[in-house]
Amino acid sequence: MDWWPLGNFWAHFAVFALAIIVFVLLMVMVFIWFERRAFGPFQMRWGPNRASPWGALQPVADAIKVLLKEDIVPAVADKWVHFIAPVVGFLPVLLIFAVVPFHDGHGLIPDMSIGILYVVAISALSVVGVFMAGWSSGNKYSLLGGMRVIAQMVSYEVPLVLSIISVVLVAGSLSMNEIVAAQEIPFFVLMPLGFLIFLIAAMAEINRGPFDLLEADSEIVAGFHIEYSGMKFAMFYLAEYGHALAMSAVAATLFFGGWRGPGDEYIGFLWFLLKVFFIFFLLIWARVTFPRLRVDHLMGFGWKFLFPLALMNVFVVAAEMIVWGEIDGGMPWWIVFINLPAALVLIYLWSRLFRFGGGRVGVNA
Amino acid sequence: MSSIAKVLNWGRHYSTWPFGSGLACCAMEMVATASSRFDITRFGMDVFRASPRQADLFIVSGTLTWKMAPAVKMLYDQMAEPKWVIAMGACAISGGTFAHSYSVVPGVNRIIPVDVYVPGCPPRPEALIYGVMMLHKKIDKRKFRQQD
Ligand code: SF4
Repeated sequence: MDWWPLGNFWAHFAVFALAIIVFVLLMVMVFIWFERRAFGPFQMRWGPNRASPWGALQPVADAIKVLLKEDIVPAVADKWVHFIAPVVGFLPVLLIFAVVPFHDGHGLIPDMSIGILYVVAISALSVVGVFMAGWSSGNKYSLLGGMRVIAQMVSYEVPLVLSIISVVLVAGSLSMNEIVAAQEIPFFVLMPLGFLIFLIAAMAEINRGPFDLLEADSEIVAGFHIEYSGMKFAMFYLAEYGHALAMSAVAATLFFGGWRGPGDEYIGFLWFLLKVFFIFFLLIWARVTFPRLRVDHLMGFGWKFLFPLALMNVFVVAAEMIVWGEIDGGMPWWIVFINLPAALVLIYLWSRLFRFGGGRVGVNA
Repeated sequence: MSSIAKVLNWGRHYSTWPFGSGLACCAMEMVATASSRFDITRFGMDVFRASPRQADLFIVSGTLTWKMAPAVKMLYDQMAEPKWVIAMGACAISGGTFAHSYSVVPGVNRIIPVDVYVPGCPPRPEALIYGVMMLHKKIDKRKFRQQD
């Protein structure tokens, strides 16, 4: 382990693994509370406010109730797969945090040289858990939900990875910590289009907001977890919010400069948390604002709108890097004045084209 | 033992997720209860579960016909313990206007056990919220022996 600067590898491993588990569980609680409270002002209501002041203990009450509810396994279920699916769904979420730098160089393995590649590879795994759940329940609606999630994942993984490529091009590294270190100017300023594509694709990836087709209750009842109750359902709930947390953390790292901010040698972790919360707020905002997409619209939007835009974004960023890029990564600050109008023009033009018929999907299109 | 029961009751009190199902006109009042004006979210009940497996509270809202009765019974059976039932509206309580009809179940308590009855035709959302608070009182009184 000569690449490891901190001497005892296993001690570090144990401490940080524990810390990450605690962090994820706590933050999921906070996120559930934050989301339900944030829904309040958006929908002109109060939100949970009885469980304690500001409803702060609401997720605790939910946890107590859900964990102690009866566990039902359908008679026709594939017992083992049904049992193991929630774990398979939740594990990748925890694994993502292994490479997230919480502070300058602090984390489980924040300077893993293939950091972001690892994130992409791992986060795609959670779909296996979801599909296992959908298939093993022995219920047609859950199977439909599982099928939908695979289609959605495959199509939105592509723009997600392409927008990450533009970040990697500018930062000149795959390591999460070095990507943060390269952000003198946060990348969401340098590449607004890349950030937008990443955010939308991430929303689809974590099956939230307008993209929660896999549990569309007006179409397929409760989707893949229709037959799950009690603790296993709690695992899925945990995985859903944990994935949102993970994607917010990745977005904060890639586009908002992670732990960077004034005084980051002391309060870098707080900056990181603040940015995570900000991005999660954007996700909530999208979720309350937009209605759920239709399946064919979802695929059309993914392949005919996001994918070409992501390609063009990579092209633009690559060209800029060839012409004005600096050797050690990074771009001059005035690139903002090119990229912002370019993003607006591209989005406008492509949405016109999309509306004009390019985006039409149907039997006789 | 009683302190454990207290914790359990506290959790169930503040997180009684209703089951998103409606039978007849009363269901509209149930929907209104969930909307922002009456805001059932305050009690932590904003999670209207679509699947009976994950719901705790079955609000039987509306006229129950004999034809629908097996479905309602099955939905109730599919819910995981512990579970509660609110009979909402005159029809669910006793058949209401249709009590003497050949096709209407005269009260859902013929089919499934009911915890709280909310009278009215239809009950106003305030009445349903009052019924929910009565149910909360009932949940708070559960002894440890009664916990499932
Ligand atoms: S009680 Fe009145 S409002 Fe409710 S279902 Fe019966 S007839 Fe309709």
